[in-house]
Amino acid sequence: MSLWLEFQASPLLWIIVTVVAFMVASWINRIARRTPLLHPVVVGLLLIIGLLKLTDTSYETYKDGAQFISFLLGPAVVALAVPLYDNLARVRSMLVPLLVACTVGALVAALTAIAVGIWLELSMQTLLSLAPKSVTTPIAIGVADKIGGYPSLTAGLVLITGALGCLMSPFVCKMLKVEDPAIRGFSLGVAAHAMGTAYAFEYGAIAGAFGGLAMGMTGTFTAFMLPPLIRLLGLS
Amino acid sequence: MVAGFLVLLCCQLLGELIVYGLDIPVPGAVVGMVLLLIGLMLRGEVAGGLRTSSEGLLSILPMMLVPAGVGLMVHFELIAAGWVAILAALVVSTFVTLLIVTLLLKWTHSSADKPHAQGEVNE
Repeated sequence: MSLWLEFQASPLLWIIVTVVAFMVASWINRIARRTPLLHPVVVGLLLIIGLLKLTDTSYETYKDGAQFISFLLGPAVVALAVPLYDNLARVRSMLVPLLVACTVGALVAALTAIAVGIWLELSMQTLLSLAPKSVTTPIAIGVADKIGGYPSLTAGLVLITGALGCLMSPFVCKMLKVEDPAIRGFSLGVAAHAMGTAYAFEYGAIAGAFGGLAMGMTGTFTAFMLPPLIRLLGLS
Repeated sequence: MVAGFLVLLCCQLLGELIVYGLDIPVPGAVVGMVLLLIGLMLRGEVAGGLRTSSEGLLSILPMMLVPAGVGLMVHFELIAAGWVAILAALVVSTFVTLLIVTLLLKWTHSSADKPHAQGEVNE
């Protein structure tokens, strides 16, 4: 028992748990022919929640260890500059359409989520946690905190949004007859942030680069736009 | 490889400093990405080590998102109370966003160049 208490407090255990859960989830996803319905991120976090419940471990204990994995998110976001640089000529030639699409997309993402939430009578705090769900986790958490939502609820909703985006993107692109990897990647990045970007890399480096660009642009724009928008709507 | 990782960390640190100094609501890493992009444009090439560490990190990007998502477990009651509405809001919003962004780009881009970047591969 004391051995368990010892290990429970060590970051090593929770890092290993996270990596193993993600490996198992990826394996399940491969068997299920890569369906985004069983997205490795979502399956992975459900496996971990199950384990934490079984062992009666608090989220705080887990987070103390797993934060070392979350920490890598920072340098990974910086690293997106590399595929972006590789495709700079393409980005330059589309800059104005991209800016328009990102601005409109960020507004639509927040407003539609708020509208449906109000219509279905969600509580105010859930609503405010829902509003930043289309942007990348580190930005969404900061925005949720600022407008009065629950940051940890937002983090989860962000990931579910990401999985939904990956699920719907092939369908939407097929419906609109879009094959251009730049457009596919960019819309994934606007609607489904880092998970969309990671998924876009499966369409190739161009789609991934545009996904990363969209994620950065949408996140930055949302960070500035959402707090005043919430005030404008009279929600805070 | 190590030097490449150092470049990424330093860009993030610079980004954090700028965010702190200017008091803007954006994560330091996003500013760091912009800084690195500017640096690469000035330099005109991506050093081998930087490319290796960037590609390594980006390949495990999804795994880094897992710990924050486990935070959902703290909010079981909230979710249980409104899961239909939450899911409906997420599904509708994600679908409409994807649709509008894809349509906008299709319209504005159909007149511009299309084929030249198709099948382009990174070294």
